[in-house]
Amino acid sequence: MSGEENQRRLRVNPTLCTGFGYCAEIVPELISLDDWGYPIVDQSPIESDNLNQHAKRAVAACPRLALLLEEMSKAAR
Amino acid sequence: MAGPSPTGGFERIDDHQRRLGVRPAGGEWLLDVLGQSGLRGRGGAWFPTARKWSAVAEHSDGHAVVVVNGSEGEPLSAKDRVLLTLRPHLVLDGAVLAAETLRADDIVIYLSRAATTTERTVQQALKERARAGLPEPAIRIEKCAHRYIAGESSAVINRVSGGLAKPRFTLGRSAEKGVNDQPTLVQNAETIAHVALIARYGTEWYRRLGTESCPGTGLMTLRGNVKRPGVYEVDLGATVGGVLAATGGTVTPPAGALLGGYFGSWFAPHSLRDLPLDADRLRKEHKASFGCGILAVLPEGGCAIVESTRILTYLAAETAGQCGPCVNGLAALSETMERIAASQPETGDYERVLRWMDMVKGRGACHHPDGAVGQLASALTVFKEHLNTHLSGVRCRGTQVQGFPRPPSPGDGWK
Repeated sequence: MSGEENQRRLRVNPTLCTGFGYCAEIVPELISLDDWGYPIVDQSPIESDNLNQHAKRAVAACPRLALLLEEMSKAAR
Repeated sequence: MAGPSPTGGFERIDDHQRRLGVRPAGGEWLLDVLGQSGLRGRGGAWFPTARKWSAVAEHSDGHAVVVVNGSEGEPLSAKDRVLLTLRPHLVLDGAVLAAETLRADDIVIYLSRAATTTERTVQQALKERARAGLPEPAIRIEKCAHRYIAGESSAVINRVSGGLAKPRFTLGRSAEKGVNDQPTLVQNAETIAHVALIARYGTEWYRRLGTESCPGTGLMTLRGNVKRPGVYEVDLGATVGGVLAATGGTVTPPAGALLGGYFGSWFAPHSLRDLPLDADRLRKEHKASFGCGILAVLPEGGCAIVESTRILTYLAAETAGQCGPCVNGLAALSETMERIAASQPETGDYERVLRWMDMVKGRGACHHPDGAVGQLASALTVFKEHLNTHLSGVRCRGTQVQGFPRPPSPGDGWK
């Protein structure tokens, strides 16, 4: 389990995303695709280190740089 | 906010000052007063004004930006234009109070390109203030394309920063980084006008009307099947039924009503009488909102499924075209709902509508898809029984009924 301070979650910038869909192949646990091929992202904090690694890979693989990992502390609303 | 009806245009600076007295200077004191007053934003979100201001004040180093949002892209609304063309000085007073309180050195009045009379009035009012030598920073007008979402706060920030009036995706907050990365307040014109009155008369005066959680009065646009359509200033403690009774009632027995505008909610006729305007009660008891103060009443024989679909189709065309779920989802929903509205559904259409409504929610850079879908969902829920006649292919005469305002043609360009 990752510590409290570096809790992160996946976010997609929908204005950049054009629906390549690589992310959903890399982390299907957190990302599925809608009927038009755009990602539906689970925005809850990522609990396991393993998933965190996959999420990082998905972020790096996005050709549009539309996927990002958000630090949960910054997301305080 | 009301007062004598100015003959021959707007209330001049002399009359304005004679009637209301000279405005006090803004400052930190006003944050406290606004907090106690309970004033909430009238652009549609009903967010506590003092909290919004405090966030900007916290980040301001003397170069904050105050944007008065008078763009009013909502086709059913007329309140901000009416306010700005009758009492521009009230809004301008509030803008200066905001600038003084938030230590802003840029004041922008944000208007739709289509609102030419409003713009002319504001220009004249600004000239009057300059001639009167009022001690205040320069106030400029910035114009945007007349689009539904050009007034969404991130779109406002984009446009005032020199870009297009399209929403943007950001993890940050505009109170910290808004127009040209400066701390920015984007506030609806009506809200700003209330500030100008609260600063003069205080919290107790303001709280004489309204409710504990939604004090004061609000501007309301009445449309559709009502005897006297127009913009009214109403007690926020009132009910929809009370407002209708006080304004002459409906022309024909209502078949329902849309509250809050194109991002609002539909209501059945029997529920209108006791329906509150109070934001918290609407949210808790009805999952609805007064939005930017709109009540559009459906005439006898009118069909909410049909009208809701017309609105959805307009909103689908008004997408900024930036986000896949909004572009694709609203278009697909509109196409499918058009078949249902015409009582010519294909197998699985209703199930697809339910699936897509759920699918697009919360997935845009702004709340355009959420608002569009919320409006549709409320019509489908409230008029479920009638929806079934559409789904079973029985022709609905509601498509022919006049009297509910039709959406305009979609706008042009984004500058």
